[in-house]
Amino acid sequence: MSILVNKDTKVIVQGFTGKEGTFHSEQCIEYGTQIVGGVTPGKGGQTHLGRPVFNTVKEAVDATGATVSMIFVPPAFTADAVMEAADAGIELAVIITEGAPVKDMMYAKMYATKKGMKTIGPNCPGIITAEECKIGIMPGFIFKKGPVGLISKSGTLTYEASNQVVKEGLGITTAVGIGGDPIIGLSYKQLLPMFEADPETEAIVMIGEIGGTLEIEAAEFIKQNITKPVVAFIAGQTAPKGKRMGHAGAIISGGKGTAQEKMDALRAAGVHVVESPADIGKTVAKALGK
Amino acid sequence: MNIHEYQAKEIFRQYGVPVPRGGVAFSGPEARRVAEELGGNLWVVKAQIHAGGRGKAGGVKLARSLDEVEKIAEEMLGMILVTHQTGPEGKKVEKVYIEEGADIQKEYYLGMVLDRSSEMPVMMASTEGGMEIEEVAAKTPEKIIKVAIDPTIGFQGFHGRKLAFGLGLAKEEIRPFIKFAEALYNVYMDKDANLIEINPLIKTGSGEFLALDAKMGFDDNALFKHPDIAEMRDLSEEDPVEVEAAKYGLSYVNLDGNVGCMVNGAGLAMATMDIIKHEGGEPANFLDVGGGANPETVAKGFELILQDENVKSIFVNIFGGIVRCDRIANGILQATKQVEVNVPVVVRLDGTNAEEAAEILKNANIKNIIPATDLADGARKAVAAAKGEL
Ligand SMILES: Nc1ncnc2c1ncn2[C@@H]1O[C@H](COP(=O)(O)OP(=O)(O)OP(=O)(O)O)[C@@H](O)[C@H]1O
Ligand SMILES: [Mg+2]
Repeated sequence: MSILVNKDTKVIVQGFTGKEGTFHSEQCIEYGTQIVGGVTPGKGGQTHLGRPVFNTVKEAVDATGATVSMIFVPPAFTADAVMEAADAGIELAVIITEGAPVKDMMYAKMYATKKGMKTIGPNCPGIITAEECKIGIMPGFIFKKGPVGLISKSGTLTYEASNQVVKEGLGITTAVGIGGDPIIGLSYKQLLPMFEADPETEAIVMIGEIGGTLEIEAAEFIKQNITKPVVAFIAGQTAPKGKRMGHAGAIISGGKGTAQEKMDALRAAGVHVVESPADIGKTVAKALGK
Repeated sequence: MNIHEYQAKEIFRQYGVPVPRGGVAFSGPEARRVAEELGGNLWVVKAQIHAGGRGKAGGVKLARSLDEVEKIAEEMLGMILVTHQTGPEGKKVEKVYIEEGADIQKEYYLGMVLDRSSEMPVMMASTEGGMEIEEVAAKTPEKIIKVAIDPTIGFQGFHGRKLAFGLGLAKEEIRPFIKFAEALYNVYMDKDANLIEINPLIKTGSGEFLALDAKMGFDDNALFKHPDIAEMRDLSEEDPVEVEAAKYGLSYVNLDGNVGCMVNGAGLAMATMDIIKHEGGEPANFLDVGGGANPETVAKGFELILQDENVKSIFVNIFGGIVRCDRIANGILQATKQVEVNVPVVVRLDGTNAEEAAEILKNANIKNIIPATDLADGARKAVAAAKGEL
């Protein structure tokens, strides 16, 4: 078991024939992901990486039965691509693109929600179910199969955390890079219950960052709903308070958002919070009594 | 990206958000000319820097004659203004804004920002406008009225009424206020802003609403849609080293410590600063070299780090994924030939082909390159090296 994606998941790629799309689609295919086709408007009918190319997501879905889309479309067109996926009945869009305008993503997410499509990202490494299905740009071999679910805002810290977990002789069920943009898709609060319900996941690692209040909301949720051990690290404990121009940011977050506040809230919810990013693996092993 | 008050007010004018008349000046005589053109007998000279809190720091001054305008402008130009938002090093005043003095009957606060929880823009208003707004937010948050505005329906009358009645406005003030708020919403959405703040928004003796102050910030990712805004960028407001770094796709922030850091990925870069502190050291910088980490970016990274004379050691912490560690190791060796690195460099490479990378570094046998096995080991060695204990 795992969450959201597995060896049977059929995936299409939007922005399939571009440089990034091509490179990473190849890596995903090599990993074993069922990439069943791609979409590049104007290139419909061609074959790329041995898979069919379609002009629209709707055609791709009808022809292949894909339920997930991996999006590599350039920033100016990302929101359009996300909304097209939602309109075509895609169930999960994994948005890798970095640099999409926040306003565009705000509209795209509202439409996705209305259509019942889940999103991950943008600006994220994607999602991987170890040794089954990689939808994203992470180096696959770091993610050995095991009992730990991973949710992270940061890309390279996801790799770091997985690496430490594997070095302890453990491994990963599914790892999700949720991204750190102002508007993101699935977050801790939606992913935690999925891991709680997954019989193979025995512990959850949660990597957060300064800024926003998602980790605080997650802490409240964990307290009420999560019984599996959770290990957390918050990056940016020593980041200097940025130079600011106005007051509005401080007013809206009500003073929440520092690493210390997030760590305190998580500790109060019974989470094993590590101060040093080098202690993630060890702490997971300890929490699992290994 | 942030802009100056005078630029924000120019945008406000285009959208029908009422602001006092004014003009920008770069010298005393120019300030005098602007004041003369504005006419009247009361002016305000305002330092144009990308930070708030100018009033309290002496960056906003009233003038009652043209001579006074000129004198104040001359004093202000070139001065280093230190406010609670500039950091202790302050900001140099390069231009001033000369504005007609307003007849302030009451000061309010009005702001807009993205609310990450509701994932919508939110407008905030308070009767406690003026220079103490953050204190108001911290101590009496109930005095701040907030409305989230669903962009699919846009600004509606009820949003405006909620704010207007919340502020306790009189009957005849409600319509002009709502008109003001709606115009502000349009500016925010049209221009892909991520912050607008009017503090104070004033009611004048004749019952008009006017934006006396204007702070605006924009979503960098959306600047490609707005060449007019992108053109307003003032590089003199930004740290030259950060600007230089950005040219090479690097993200650099200077800090006070002595352990230089070079890392791939913002999260890992922050975590690296954290672990240096955890091991008893002080990071000298934040540096994210991005996913590429090729010889050129690594060489540029060394150059940026070494510009800071406080740096006593460098911790290179790279997690190789798609880019393999052996290639990064070669990149580091090449970079140390391009840039003279005269402090110990602790290198931790993990991920794809980490063992091969360790071999390469060992065989290169360069005196000041110290290999590390993992994150904790690397941080410890870098801290020790900075203290001269390695
Ligand atoms: N045109 C004007 N006429 C009269 N008074 C003014 C004018 N502009 C500013 N002031 C006064 O000066 C004060 C400070 O100016 P302003 O709010 O523009 O700068 P600030 O101190 O940087 O703002 P903040 O404290 O919000 O960061 C205002 O609160 C207002 O009382
Ligand atoms: Mg002000």
